[in-house]
Amino acid sequence: MDKVVSIEQALSSIKDETTMMVGGFMASGSPETLIDYLCQTEVKNLTLICNDTGLIDQGVGKMVMLKKFRKIIASHIGLNKETGRQMNAGETQVELIPQGTLAERIRCAGYGLGGVLTPTGIGTLVEEGKKKIEVDGKQFLLETPLFADVALLYAAKVDRAGNIVYKGAMNNFNNVMASAAKLTIVEAGQIVDIGELNPQEIATPGIFVDYIVKGRGC
Amino acid sequence: MDKEQLQNYIASRVAKELSDGDIVNLGIGLPTRVANFIPENIEVILQSENGFLGLGPTPTADNYDPSIINAGGQPVTILPGGCFFDSATSFGIIRGGHIDVSVLGALQVDEKGNIANYMIPGKMVPGMGGAMDLVTGAKKVIVAMEHTAKGAHKILKECSLPLTAVNAVDLIITEMGVIKVTAEGLKLIEINPEYTVEDIKAATEASLIIEL
Repeated sequence: MDKVVSIEQALSSIKDETTMMVGGFMASGSPETLIDYLCQTEVKNLTLICNDTGLIDQGVGKMVMLKKFRKIIASHIGLNKETGRQMNAGETQVELIPQGTLAERIRCAGYGLGGVLTPTGIGTLVEEGKKKIEVDGKQFLLETPLFADVALLYAAKVDRAGNIVYKGAMNNFNNVMASAAKLTIVEAGQIVDIGELNPQEIATPGIFVDYIVKGRGC
Repeated sequence: MDKEQLQNYIASRVAKELSDGDIVNLGIGLPTRVANFIPENIEVILQSENGFLGLGPTPTADNYDPSIINAGGQPVTILPGGCFFDSATSFGIIRGGHIDVSVLGALQVDEKGNIANYMIPGKMVPGMGGAMDLVTGAKKVIVAMEHTAKGAHKILKECSLPLTAVNAVDLIITEMGVIKVTAEGLKLIEINPEYTVEDIKAATEASLIIEL
């Protein structure tokens, strides 16, 4: 099965109001080619789930600059001043989530779990509106799954079945997001034939991937 | 001391708290400098919350690899024996108590070891990033910061800013001295000889138990 498609075909399901997850950490391991394409379309009022909002000229930050998002769910927005400006001006809704909790909520969505119990956020604003559960005398917050319509990932090397090999620290949220969306699209720095990857080095199983788009190398 | 000297003074003092074999996470800014002062006779493994262990120094032109950055987005290297992983594993390490020491800055710390370091409502709202998980999960939490914010107290009876975590801090290290958080309150256990106990008391809103 060859999952390699054109960028137009891969991204055709992204419409106004779509909820999208985007891999990357401070734009390292972000699908820049897919982001650049979306910047040139008319889509708007998207919801973003991403670790951070990149930089003004890198990663999802480029889409923030074009005000593509109605809502942003992230752990950190400090390196892109425009996100903070839009939040303070009431133009974009921003929900901040502790980074480990963000990873686990995404993982829950992909792994069939109804939620996760974490001590992170107890006694802080994060616990507002959440169920507290005591286990063996210790307090935890119940954090629920975070799903998306589409996940946009980046990987250095992908085979035509979608099996993924990352480079350096570019995995970050990519592997976690691969299983959590209805449609998963990976931008590949390099596409190789099935059988060319060492099964031992594959970090994300290809069954999570729907489409592969040839992108920029790293 | 100018700002540079002051930050290096604090970072070098923090480094003395580290033990051979410790797994350590250093926050962005001043805490990152601790890496420059780790004693040569001990080996510590630095964790980077974007997903690797074995964080090494800033690369040279020869070994620069754009795929390796630290949690502040700066280019770094990975040392032999290091490894990469995804964010779920990274925060499993952090939340699961596998980090021996977390060093980070703070806007405010109080007598109960509560820490506020991620937002000033209406002014600065960068987000908590990995800080809430780090201070909740690490075995030992060291706050490394300037004692006051241009004279305004940061070590308080009670934090007024939104908290990052409750009862989380173990040690506060500033240019004036070292303060231990205990069940009885804050204990001043070491002072920089450039200052007197009275200087430190004046720069601290919280009550200090003097145990030098």
